Amino acid sequence: MPNLLALANPTRFMQLSGVLLPWLWALALVALGFGLWLAVFSVPADYQQGETVRIMYIHVPAAWLALFLYTLMALSALGTLIWRHPLADVSQKAAAPIGAAFTLVCLLTGAFWGKPMWGTYWVWDARLTSVLVLLLIYLGLLALWRSIDDPSRAGRAVAIMTLVGFINVPIIKFSVDWWNTLHQPASVFRLQGPSIHPSMLWPLLLVAVGFTLLALALHMLAMRAEIMRRRIRTLEILEAARLDAVGLTPSGASA
Amino acid sequence: MNMLPNLGPHAAFILLSYGAAVLVIGGLVLSVMADHRQQKRKLAELEARGITRRSDAGSRS
Repeated sequence: MPNLLALANPTRFMQLSGVLLPWLWALALVALGFGLWLAVFSVPADYQQGETVRIMYIHVPAAWLALFLYTLMALSALGTLIWRHPLADVSQKAAAPIGAAFTLVCLLTGAFWGKPMWGTYWVWDARLTSVLVLLLIYLGLLALWRSIDDPSRAGRAVAIMTLVGFINVPIIKFSVDWWNTLHQPASVFRLQGPSIHPSMLWPLLLVAVGFTLLALALHMLAMRAEIMRRRIRTLEILEAARLDAVGLTPSGASA
Repeated sequence: MNMLPNLGPHAAFILLSYGAAVLVIGGLVLSVMADHRQQKRKLAELEARGITRRSDAGSRS
């Protein structure tokens, strides 16, 4: 636990992330490159869905990451509200646009897969609608952040809203079991084991690992940018206060 | 020479899906990198002007 707390220091985080980031980028590139090559050129067509099953290798990892990043935001929100840790709301703020982007990819690829398979781009069923709600929650949280100037006040307000919105995560996961829906039920994370043939499952898991590493690298880079943004803000406030104390305005004119 | 395999009658939907993913995730990667570069440059500019938390503490003492 003391080691974890040491890692959670912003200066220590900057040092450690500087070392880890090149490795994360490289591993993400290798996993995504190989996984997507398999997905496009090597895996067999599905006996029912034909070649359109290749959309699965983008759609499913994007859906998993949309939920994973929101869960990461909810855990960070607990860190903000309970421990008031300075890195917790930095983590939350950094994760939001990444989660929104993966949710958008999930919705777009789902629509492009739905048209040839279901005959429609969109239906207002439980799975599709709850994922659309997830995208709206992400966008709402980003808007809330921009509407409050003080980062720590914004962080607390967003943390409360993030935890309220977390109720949508189990709704998305179990929507295909609780309601009648066009969307197929879970086929990888099931109590009975995956129902996908290994020739399709392994490339899917490889792409998912690649996207997860990419998301973690982006999250780390966005956290570094946010830490620097807060340092800049602090320095500008300190400089303005120092100039004010010696009777100067920041532009150099006499007060 | 065609580099892609035969994607069947629904090739357009498959290509649209991969294209949308490249656009959205590529745009995200570029925007996060640009933001990181911008903050790094701003912080370096402030520090080059001698504005640091340490210099502030020193100016008060």
